[in-house]
Amino acid sequence: MTAYDYHANGSLFEPARYTQESPFKIHGGCGLMGICDESGTRFSGSVAIEAIAVQRDRGNGLGGGFAGYGIYPEFPDHFAFHMMYHDAKAKDEAEAVLERFFQVDLAEPMPTRPVKGITDAPLLWRYFLQPQPVKLADLEMTPEDYVVHVVMLVNSTVDGAFVASSGKNMGAFKGVGYPEEIGHYFQLEEYEGHTWVGHNRFPTNTPGWWGGAHPFTLLDWSIVHNGEISSYGINSRYLETFGYKCTLGTDTEVAAYLFDLLLRRHKLPLELACKALAPPLWEQIERMPEEERKLMTSLRAVYGPAMLNGPFAIVLGFNGGMVALNDRIKLRPLIAARKGDILTVASEESAIRQIMPDPDALWAPKAGEPVIARIRGMEWPIHGDLHLPPSEISCAVTGVLDSCEPAEVA
Amino acid sequence: MPATFIQPEFKVDIDRDKCIKCGRCVQQCGWGVYSFSERPIPDDSKCRACHRCVTYCPVHCITIKKNELVFRENDNWSPALRKAVWRQSETGGVMLTSMGNDKPYQRIFDSLVLDACQVTNPSIDPLREPMELKTFIGRKPDSVEVESDDKGGYRLKPGAGMTNNIGLATPIMFGGMSYGSVSLNVHKSLAMAASRLGITMNTGEGGLHADLYPYTDNVIVQCASGRFGINPDYLNRGVGIEIKVGQGAKPGIGGHLPGEKINKEVSTTRMIPQGTDAISPAPHHDIYSIEDLRQLIYALKEASGYKPVGVKIAAVHNVAAIASGIVRAGADYVYLDGFKGGTGAAPQIIRDHIGIPIEIAIAVVDQRLRDEGIRNQASIIAAGSIRSSADMAKAIALGADAVAIGSAALIALGCHMCQSCHTGCCSWGLTTQKPELTRRLDPEWGAERLTNLVHAWSHELQEILGALGVNAVESLRGSRERLRAVGLDAQTCEILGVKPAGL
Repeated sequence: MTAYDYHANGSLFEPARYTQESPFKIHGGCGLMGICDESGTRFSGSVAIEAIAVQRDRGNGLGGGFAGYGIYPEFPDHFAFHMMYHDAKAKDEAEAVLERFFQVDLAEPMPTRPVKGITDAPLLWRYFLQPQPVKLADLEMTPEDYVVHVVMLVNSTVDGAFVASSGKNMGAFKGVGYPEEIGHYFQLEEYEGHTWVGHNRFPTNTPGWWGGAHPFTLLDWSIVHNGEISSYGINSRYLETFGYKCTLGTDTEVAAYLFDLLLRRHKLPLELACKALAPPLWEQIERMPEEERKLMTSLRAVYGPAMLNGPFAIVLGFNGGMVALNDRIKLRPLIAARKGDILTVASEESAIRQIMPDPDALWAPKAGEPVIARIRGMEWPIHGDLHLPPSEISCAVTGVLDSCEPAEVA
Repeated sequence: MPATFIQPEFKVDIDRDKCIKCGRCVQQCGWGVYSFSERPIPDDSKCRACHRCVTYCPVHCITIKKNELVFRENDNWSPALRKAVWRQSETGGVMLTSMGNDKPYQRIFDSLVLDACQVTNPSIDPLREPMELKTFIGRKPDSVEVESDDKGGYRLKPGAGMTNNIGLATPIMFGGMSYGSVSLNVHKSLAMAASRLGITMNTGEGGLHADLYPYTDNVIVQCASGRFGINPDYLNRGVGIEIKVGQGAKPGIGGHLPGEKINKEVSTTRMIPQGTDAISPAPHHDIYSIEDLRQLIYALKEASGYKPVGVKIAAVHNVAAIASGIVRAGADYVYLDGFKGGTGAAPQIIRDHIGIPIEIAIAVVDQRLRDEGIRNQASIIAAGSIRSSADMAKAIALGADAVAIGSAALIALGCHMCQSCHTGCCSWGLTTQKPELTRRLDPEWGAERLTNLVHAWSHELQEILGALGVNAVESLRGSRERLRAVGLDAQTCEILGVKPAGL
């Protein structure tokens, strides 16, 4: 794989120190699933494995992953860091950073079992961390800011270390292989969560990088995504005006930042954020009642550059529920079903039938109509306010040193 | 001594066997090429190669040929330069010309190619699927603020949302061409077409003739340095106001409409005496700096009940900083006019040597506004010159919100680009005020041709969007990832923010 990146503002070719995926936009198809018990009841991750395993043809063994929420009830208020290390030196260096900033209440290797087909795994460790109170006070940050800051530091300064997830009471389990192999490798059946998302990847290049598998996470947001966002160019440039830097070159990254921008920074309600990303047609807007028409006209005109155009199905997981969303003319499959409190979504009905043979309702969500699951009694969104410059947020999840020049925040 | 060294550029060739001596060529030629003595006799030196006689000859017996006079070859002293020296040593004057820069500068649009979808995402068929071109020109808020509507839904917070934008059914506008430089029938054709298409025409600096009042929902009124025809009614009639600071064909130069073009109607519309020269100063004499521009922008907004006010500038070296200042001064759109933009009259030396390409201007302005986080505060309109829907698509991909067309619109109406608008003798009746010539353009016919042209380009843009796998033009706007450069140097690629093909 080439280690060059293209920089519009710098020189044409500039070696990227730590670009793990291709510098080009990653093309590919995928399978996905999401399941949430709105009562908050937790259940085994084997359900997620089952649902994604029947969609095996949707991947090609080059990436699979899961995220579970509510999986660490014994550490509900700790930031759970899932780490990937290329070598022992990276581990030592990263741990030094973590120890400098956090009180490490537990550090252990990720429990894994040998699975046929999973090779070249990096060193996988997890840590349950609480910010050093003195340091936190010194830096005058919220705990969330602080975590993002450290994630950035590790990803950008420690060669060969990558933070796979960093949220509370959640974790991402991902790697190179078929997702059911990855799930068994991580012993997901041992975990219980109230929300699971899963992903089966079919990249059309060969990244072979564990960090590049889905879900893509930022604090406790996780995104799994099937599709290609044909508007990637303008979406990423739009995000740049708000200080985000899309350096990973994946559509998923763009989708994650757009949700972050609309929900957290622009404080749009979830339903409207989905409408901004997958808006109705102008001719539909023109037929709306006046008040709604004005709102949708403004929403569409203002967030035109944020519109995700092209085929996609996305599941956004968070502590408190999940959202599934299709593109505006439904060019990728997405099926939803409900039985009692349990809502599930998947690329194929077979996946749903596998884990929910007799649903109360099963439907194909309309283009641009979000399917939302909210766990009763849980606040949402739970991030609090982040005050970090978004460029740092970006760095935190991309791990590219070059992206960490301070960006002007709009 | 010879009266001139300059030999005719063209030769008018009449097939005498075919000619029926009807005399129509004599009647059609606006330049007085033909005299008639038993048969038409052409004076080659007057011919502009406008093809009016060729088009109207009933037996197709006229051919206009290049006068292939051989000069001793000299790459440094082209025949054109030698002729210019002769012409200037004859007259001592500034050489005038019209339409856009005709010199063989690099055309960046022609070195850019667009993307298409294959396999990993589907292309979209615009004949079967919606393909949206609707565009809003003007200031957009940073975000949309909403509140609960108490019915489980949401509504805009009072005062929030987008206001005072100009809606376009397709991202094409007609560029400013003044009544005076073009005929009233041209203005009527443009206004009627704009109204049918749901786009806008632009008055140019010559005021708005009363015959156009029915179409003012599709008219942008211009305020240029000569202030011709401007009064409160005028400012309130259009959907927007454009302050013209500069023009791509003649950056830094004012305008001069000779007195013979100022007939009664033009005089009334421009609010100047009949027969006097209409001279627009080079600068606005109330704008000597950016803070003055801000005052004029807000004066016009106050006078018009806060209609969108745009600012048109020529693309010059420092265009990014200038545009940023214009946006911060409160403009709702910045109209960038590239150095190949057209004109009704300009000194040739200015037209051919001042300004920068529109492709570069779009790229640097769009990027600058993004870097400063103010891209949403104003739209970018690109012009000078947009020659096809491909140019339009590339301009939009580089970052323009819409394009404006002037030359293309005139060509649709019959212009053959003979570059002689300044003479006021346009045989096609476009850039003239002579009644026997202006009546050659039927506004109804003109409106239909303009409507056809814009429809055709819009359909082509839809095809391009479909190939790109997006179904709304906003997903192409500024999406330079969908462009690649073929044969541009690395630095130009960098400035354009476009990767070379293969990357």
